[in-house]
Amino acid sequence: MSKRITLKDLDAYYGSFRAVEGVTLTIEPRSVTAFIGPSGCGKSTLLRTLNRMHEVVPGARVEGEVLLDGRDLYAPGVDPVLVRRQVGMVFQRPNPFPTMTIRENVLAGVKLNNRRIAKADAEELTERSLRGANLWNEVKDRLNLPANGLSGGQQQRLCIARAIAVQPEVLLMDEPCSALDPISTLAIEDLIEELKQDYTIVIVTHNMQQASRVSDRTAFFNIAGTGTPGRLIEYDDTRVMFSRPSAQATEDYVSGRFG
Amino acid sequence: MVLSTPGPALHSGALPRHSALGLFALCLAVTGTLFLLLLLSGITPAYNIAGAVFFGLVLWAATISAVSFLVEGSRRAKDRLVTALVCTSFGVALLPLISLVFTVVTNGIARFDGAFFSESLRNIIGPGGGALHAIVGTLEITLIAALISVPVGLLTAIYLVEYGRGAVARAITFLVDVMTGIPSIVAGLFAFALFQLLTGDPGIRLGFGGSIALSVLMVPIVVRSSEEMLKLVPNELREASLALGVPNWLTVGKVVLPTALAGIVTGVMLAVARVIGETAPLLLIAGYTDSMNYNPFDQRMMTLPVYVYTQYTQPGTDVQPYLERAWTASLTLILIVLALNVIARLIARFFAPKLPH
Repeated sequence: MSKRITLKDLDAYYGSFRAVEGVTLTIEPRSVTAFIGPSGCGKSTLLRTLNRMHEVVPGARVEGEVLLDGRDLYAPGVDPVLVRRQVGMVFQRPNPFPTMTIRENVLAGVKLNNRRIAKADAEELTERSLRGANLWNEVKDRLNLPANGLSGGQQQRLCIARAIAVQPEVLLMDEPCSALDPISTLAIEDLIEELKQDYTIVIVTHNMQQASRVSDRTAFFNIAGTGTPGRLIEYDDTRVMFSRPSAQATEDYVSGRFG
Repeated sequence: MVLSTPGPALHSGALPRHSALGLFALCLAVTGTLFLLLLLSGITPAYNIAGAVFFGLVLWAATISAVSFLVEGSRRAKDRLVTALVCTSFGVALLPLISLVFTVVTNGIARFDGAFFSESLRNIIGPGGGALHAIVGTLEITLIAALISVPVGLLTAIYLVEYGRGAVARAITFLVDVMTGIPSIVAGLFAFALFQLLTGDPGIRLGFGGSIALSVLMVPIVVRSSEEMLKLVPNELREASLALGVPNWLTVGKVVLPTALAGIVTGVMLAVARVIGETAPLLLIAGYTDSMNYNPFDQRMMTLPVYVYTQYTQPGTDVQPYLERAWTASLTLILIVLALNVIARLIARFFAPKLPH
């Protein structure tokens, strides 16, 4: 179910501004990889290049290669819609569809694509996805109520359920806990630990404790100054990154000396 | 011990709770009596209600701030003054509306009867007759105008918000702005010239031409209001849908449009309300008639605004029944617009995204 992602000399642009420069790294399947770094260093931009959501912003483009199990996502003829069905994404702020019920939100990937699904299959998919997101017990009695009646943490887990309902290979998470309280954060971190069994997970976070708790590998990004592109400074096992990093900037950042 | 603590005062004088309201009643009574005296002494021919209310409001603003300054101090007095001015402006803005509704209802109620809504004016000279032909004409012409304008306007708005980039989008936005400013008579002339060219008939009159003229006026309003509503849809919802592997057109159709639907429907209804009272273009291209005509593609077609106009400007020897019919037609038009607004609000409430309670 999960796939290896390889980035080769990747540059990401917004118009003429280069936001990310020369990133080369490999993300292993069935692992959690954390992107850390100060604000504006291009972690979220880089994450969004992994499922071609980067180009949704007008003027944004990418140079270099992103290989998903050896196949380039940016090769000519690749349909971004099909890429996004394999590489799911969870956003910073919970964004359930306000016009839909909880059940419809979980099934959004199916329903919005006009695919027919038998009633029994829909029930099964809803329950499996919500169980996978640790939300089933909390919402099973109100599946037909509007989704924005849930708390922020529940909404975020609903968004995760919605993302895994389309059965992607990879799950990208862009600061999924930054709008949540500690208890909801814990619930999501436990969930990431479980999802790792089936998915390749890439998570952007500002919270270094979170990176050290949930991730297997950590990539540290930094910028030389405002207006300069973000670069990959160091990429290693999380334990190494937080105990004896090789770059001075990484050590300064993880020990809280800046950022 | 607490009482003996020295320091700046925490209390100031205060007027009793409903003193503003009481003072307002007092001021109204004063100006009311004043205008009554003016009436009795023969200076004004009739009792001037609007004058009494207006000067009552002005007097109230002055007295409430003066009294408040003496009792409560300058800061509260400023607050009272501004509150009074806001209330006065509200009253002034409301007076013409109330006066208009009052006048139309009192004048229009005389002929607000069964015959008015079930008969045309065919072979009617003098009293009697109705405006069924005009009501049917107005509804048909406006409905067709809406059927033309809503798809064109909505699709334009979707293009501008979801797809349009660069010079083309800017040019369309500019043209829509220009279209908003077209005088309605020009829209009528455009439709008239268009059908003259198409049919070769120099005196062409048909209801469908009126629909074309009205849709020229309606399209920019629909574009503008739908555009604003689509822009209000959070980008996060579009991204959420795209990230699920949903193509752009399905995202627009199944996420963006349903979320904005309530606002779009309201905008369309307001656009309809705006054009339903147009007179000049319909006078040109739809013409006027005293007979029923259900077919918008052939012959002249009466509409309510034109009905009001012709009843008022071309009365018979006995003027009264013509004027009464004009007022009742005005009342009917206002009621139709009112009904459209109520329907728009109901639809908006029905379609609005469900919010948590």
